[in-house]
Amino acid sequence: MEQVAFFAGAIGALGGAIAVIALRNPFYSVLALVVHLFSLAGLFLLLHAEFVAAAQVVVYAGAVMVLYVFVAAYVGGVEEPLWDAIPGQRILAPLIGAALFIELSIAVLGSGLKSLGDEGEVIPAGFGSPEAVGRLLLERFLIPFEAASLLLLIAAVGAVVLAARRPAPVDRGGAA
Amino acid sequence: MGTTWYLVLSALLFAIGAGGVLVRRSPLVILLCLELMLNSANLALLAFGRNLGNADAQVFAMIVMVVAACEVVVGLGLIVAMYRRRIPLDVDEARELRG
Amino acid sequence: MSISTWGWLVLAFPLAGSLLIALLYRVLSAKAAGWIGTLAIALAFACSVGALLGLLDRPADQREIASTLYDYAGAAGIPFDLGILVDPLSVFMALVVTGVSALIHLYSVAYMGSDRGYRRFFSFLNFFVFSMLLLVLAGNYVLLIVGWAFVGFASYALISFWYRRRTATDAGMKAFVINVIGDIGLVFAAILLIKELGVTDYGAVFELAPEAFTANEWTVVAICLLLIVGAIAKSAQAPLHTWLADAMEGPTPVSALIHAATMVTAGVYLIARSYPLFDLAPTAADVAAFIGLFTLLMAATIALVVTDLKRIIAFSTMSQIGYMIVGVSIGAYSAGLFHLMTHAFFKALLFMAAGSIIAAMAAIQDIDRMRGFRRAMPFTCGALIVGALALAGFPGTSGFFSKDEILAFAATRGGMYWIFAVGGYIGAILTAFYSFRIVFRVVYGEPCEEAKELEGGHLAHAEPVNPATGEVEDTDVGFPGPDHHIAEREWPMKVAMAVLAFGALFGGLIQIPGVTHVLESFLEPVFEASPIAATVHVSTTDAYIGMAVGGLCSLLGIGAAFYLYMVAPGSTLRLRDRFRRLHDFLFNRWYFDELLNALAYRPVIACGRFASGTFERVVVDGIVRGAGDGVGGLGTVVRTAQSGFVRFYALLVVAGLAGLGLYFLLAAS
Repeated sequence: MEQVAFFAGAIGALGGAIAVIALRNPFYSVLALVVHLFSLAGLFLLLHAEFVAAAQVVVYAGAVMVLYVFVAAYVGGVEEPLWDAIPGQRILAPLIGAALFIELSIAVLGSGLKSLGDEGEVIPAGFGSPEAVGRLLLERFLIPFEAASLLLLIAAVGAVVLAARRPAPVDRGGAA
Repeated sequence: MGTTWYLVLSALLFAIGAGGVLVRRSPLVILLCLELMLNSANLALLAFGRNLGNADAQVFAMIVMVVAACEVVVGLGLIVAMYRRRIPLDVDEARELRG
Repeated sequence: MSISTWGWLVLAFPLAGSLLIALLYRVLSAKAAGWIGTLAIALAFACSVGALLGLLDRPADQREIASTLYDYAGAAGIPFDLGILVDPLSVFMALVVTGVSALIHLYSVAYMGSDRGYRRFFSFLNFFVFSMLLLVLAGNYVLLIVGWAFVGFASYALISFWYRRRTATDAGMKAFVINVIGDIGLVFAAILLIKELGVTDYGAVFELAPEAFTANEWTVVAICLLLIVGAIAKSAQAPLHTWLADAMEGPTPVSALIHAATMVTAGVYLIARSYPLFDLAPTAADVAAFIGLFTLLMAATIALVVTDLKRIIAFSTMSQIGYMIVGVSIGAYSAGLFHLMTHAFFKALLFMAAGSIIAAMAAIQDIDRMRGFRRAMPFTCGALIVGALALAGFPGTSGFFSKDEILAFAATRGGMYWIFAVGGYIGAILTAFYSFRIVFRVVYGEPCEEAKELEGGHLAHAEPVNPATGEVEDTDVGFPGPDHHIAEREWPMKVAMAVLAFGALFGGLIQIPGVTHVLESFLEPVFEASPIAATVHVSTTDAYIGMAVGGLCSLLGIGAAFYLYMVAPGSTLRLRDRFRRLHDFLFNRWYFDELLNALAYRPVIACGRFASGTFERVVVDGIVRGAGDGVGGLGTVVRTAQSGFVRFYALLVVAGLAGLGLYFLLAAS
């Protein structure tokens, strides 16, 4: 049962990822990412990270992706031209990505992780529950928690500044 | 399923995300690919956390999500600002660093 | 007051005078500057007399006083100190220098009257006297070189005194360059001395030298030859003599002081002072003597035909210094120095008279234009005649006694040295001829235009021009002043010339052979270690025979001049036409300028052109620009990585990450 769930989630995640990078229209890419995020949430559940999975769905796939959808709709989907200005980029990029994947796989599948033991420890009950995560956040990780909220504040201020209407820029006719 | 499967999946998603950043030209899509990479990292974190029986990984993953959200906010704000100023939404157009 | 104090004061007064005039330039009036300068030298003369009296108080063998102000031995790494040596030789030189300089300063007070650079003149002139005194009073070779170099600078500054005149600045540079060649010789000699003996102090050197060197060993010969290089450059002996004729571009008092009486005699002083070294290197001494002989004859022949009044006197100086060099090189030390003294008197007198005449001629220096000044300028002509008589060695004058003393010594020394006696007497005939060439031209005959004007009481005026090239000048600073001063109208000039005339006429009386030997006995303690002085004694009979021959030579020369100029005027022109080639050879100064030009100047210029054109352009510039171009090229290659595309940079980042991963994988396996 678990394997089926894993493969379903995996396929969904992979499909969404590939769709994100392959689809021409940015709007479709956004939607593909939403699918990807849902699949990942499922995988998180399999990893006994219930709270994180819920947060993923509510915050990430819910709020953040909605933001993306808004902006994609506002900006409009500009079809990207096929021709690449940088010679060799279209060939080198997949190659290097593949190289990266192969290296990481070798690292994962190599002897280094044998010590981990594939199945892992015995999980106590309530491992990924909100109570456990909450307790950790407010006890051990209080400062990162507060720092994260500070970061959110800064991001919000930044967004406001970026979005503010400025007087129309004077066209000086110079070089850009 | 063993931890290894999750890790390999995470590596694959990360590579796909990296490839996407390098290949795509619209800043919006590049941000999406960055999300891919961040999420793959989350997956790897949680896999290790499950393996070691340590819930710290989940807190870590939460914080990563927070950071990702902030980054998205600012990035999208930039894109909107660019669009408003009629700057073409194409990273190849930003060539001032040409030496 | 102790003798060393007198010695230091002799140095201090001219230096103070020079500095005072220079620093108070704006405040002092011109005349005040002139009198301060003259006073400074007069005080220096007084201190020299004080030193002389102090020396005479002591017994003859205790007349060497060295005094040190500061010892540099440790500090500079070379063994020398700031010390002077007051002994009969240096006091004698100091007396001559300060005495004649004081009179020339007095003369210049009037002569340079209207020149805009009056104060600068006196400052430089005082500085020159200080340097010359430093040279003669120095107690070691290094300080001698310091004085030597200063004197060279002062000479340059004063030759180029009228600095806006191109010919003057060229002459100054020429003099300086040739002097520097001499300086190089001196410096190398000092280096060799330090290397061989480890000391530069006169006393120490002369004590150690006989033990360290065997006779005619190549080191000591080299040292002496290098000293000779220095001496001949400064004293204008062949082949480094070409600067002296051009140095006449300077004002006449400068010519009188520097290029007749004092600076050019520095070489003679050097050889005399270093006589222990020359005793050890007879070869070098002989070389010096032959150089002196050659110059003596060469300069005399040139003086026969040159037409610029100051140049005739300049070549005469060259010739007479040849006599002095011969004298001190063959061992006749006191005779050579005696001639130095008498020469200072009559040569300075001749220059002063020439200055007066040139002023009367409105700055024209060509003797072919001068004629018959005897009624217009009686005093100047009298001085001229006195100087010419002394120069010619007319019996009874100072030049007669001094010149013949050298030649008698040469004859007595015998052997090879007869050639010096013979050459010297031939030179005496030529000397007498050209000295009276001047006299018969300038003093006698039908008065020229300027002389007639002056007889009428009006000093001739002319447009200020460069006497050598004829280009028009003005009378502002950097050029001669508008007024000309003649002796008849200026009492300082008269007084100075009168004193010198007295010295020129009667100065010889201190060394009448067999009767008086004031100078010889005074200088004896200095030269007593010389083997030549011990073995060669000129008997009184030989001396009188020599004097008779000398007197005869001078009368011959005067008579020849009298005939050619007074009895049969125009015969010189006919002689010139008949012996055109010879005349041109002599008139062009034996083509020495052209010779040095080809030997030294052209190769150096060619080297310079090669260095600047080829070497600099190809090698040095090539390396420098090549380095720059190389870096630029490297930059161009590297620049391709800076395409400006963000995705490309991202590609590089990810590729780097992949590379790192690869490295770690490999490292771990």
